[in-house]
Amino acid sequence: MPLMTCEEVSFSYENETVVKEVSFAIQKGDYLCIIGENGTGKTTLMKGLLGLKKPSGGKISVGEDFKSTEIGYVPQQTIAQKDFPASVYEVVLSGCLNQRGLLPGYNRKNKERANSNMELLGISHLSKKCYRNLSGGQQQRVLLARSLCATTSLLLLDEPTTGLDPVATAEFYSIVDKLNQEHGITIVMVSHAIKESIEHAKSILHLSHQSYFFGSVEAYQGSAFGKRFLGGKNDDSLN
Amino acid sequence: MMIALIKEMFSYPFMVRALIVGILVSVCASLLGVSLVLKRYSMIGDGLSHVGFGALALAVALNMSPLKVAIPIVIVAAFILLRVTENSKIQGDAAIALISTGALAVGVMIVSFTTGMNMDVYNYMFGSILAMSTSDVTLSIVISMIVLVLYVFFYTKIFAVTFDETFAKATGINTNGYHVLLAILTAVIIVLGMRMMGALLISSLIVFPAITSMRVCHTFKSVIICSVIISIISFVTGITMSYLYATPTGASIVVVDIILFIFFQICGLIQKKNV
Repeated sequence: MPLMTCEEVSFSYENETVVKEVSFAIQKGDYLCIIGENGTGKTTLMKGLLGLKKPSGGKISVGEDFKSTEIGYVPQQTIAQKDFPASVYEVVLSGCLNQRGLLPGYNRKNKERANSNMELLGISHLSKKCYRNLSGGQQQRVLLARSLCATTSLLLLDEPTTGLDPVATAEFYSIVDKLNQEHGITIVMVSHAIKESIEHAKSILHLSHQSYFFGSVEAYQGSAFGKRFLGGKNDDSLN
Repeated sequence: MMIALIKEMFSYPFMVRALIVGILVSVCASLLGVSLVLKRYSMIGDGLSHVGFGALALAVALNMSPLKVAIPIVIVAAFILLRVTENSKIQGDAAIALISTGALAVGVMIVSFTTGMNMDVYNYMFGSILAMSTSDVTLSIVISMIVLVLYVFFYTKIFAVTFDETFAKATGINTNGYHVLLAILTAVIIVLGMRMMGALLISSLIVFPAITSMRVCHTFKSVIICSVIISIISFVTGITMSYLYATPTGASIVVVDIILFIFFQICGLIQKKNV
């Protein structure tokens, strides 16, 4: 039973369809990269998976014993966050809110979870530091730790390596790999970087304006779709 | 000398009223201000205060209780402003300018057709501690207490919604609900504070403490606590100054705010150099 299944889902903004009849499934333990050019609706599709945007057509279904509020989400950073006065600990702890309901504050279990996630991502020593004074890579780890407080099963990441230098990018990918392989967390990542996606992911969902591809990385590399974007042999059928 | 002064100040019932209401309203405004400033809604306070002025002018013209007319009208305006900011072709800052100048103009028109520019109107513009009646005081105390309790109760959610709305929404927090709550609380506090600060200066209660404490504080909690302390210091110092030198209350408080801001800015720069 997949964690999430999308059947011919479409998304549109004011009559303009950005995602058209896409079907795919997210299996437990999968590492799915959603790639494609700008404006092909990658972020929109992700919002759909999170339940933040209703599809204009098709159906998104969630597997049994899985709640959509249990998704860990690493969104793109906003400008307001860059100078936000908050400690790393405060930010990470806020990931536990989905377990609080209407109750105020946090309990000891929440705090332990926040601490263990900071340790897992190697940011314990930054706990009391101000979020805005961290480097881009450190900030991304903080947001990742926060999302791990919200989930133990499915992580959605929206272009997490944007603005990171190559070293930080490589570090970030290896952390995500570790979460996927050692902790069994299912990963769905929206990405610009096709090369890295193929290197790390297990499945690919490639959106383009006319059509899309969904399948394993191996199948993608062998497909006409993949060959065109990976700069392989020219394929006349696509021109 | 100091004790004699305090004794003298407290011997006037209107001063006691002003101090109680003023401290409560300042504290509430500074709490809400942290979220508003961080969400880039600083100017909403200014816009709403002008709407409040229009509403108060209307209430005076109709001979009705000022607060009971102004509070609902300003709440509606707050809703419209937050909605407009979210989804509209009119940009948020432009919408605030439209609504605030529009309401101010309507208020001035009403005033000129009815009572004319008298002392009452002047007080709404620049604030006066004498303007508060006993029923105003009771209402102000009750509402500020409600704001404080709600803020403390929802503190963690307010933090999450302020820091990252998308994430909060994705984890199942009703972010729209918190926006509405923020809008209502802000509207109410602005109307309450207007009598004391005046329509022209009320947004200083919202913006100054938050901005000032952000110069030196690095965690959300410390920003909140520092803002509360700053708001109390500037209010008490301002009102004492106003009492001693017969200056307008609102302006005196803002002057103290400016001094504190400059002081904290310098501290922040020194702190940065030493890191």
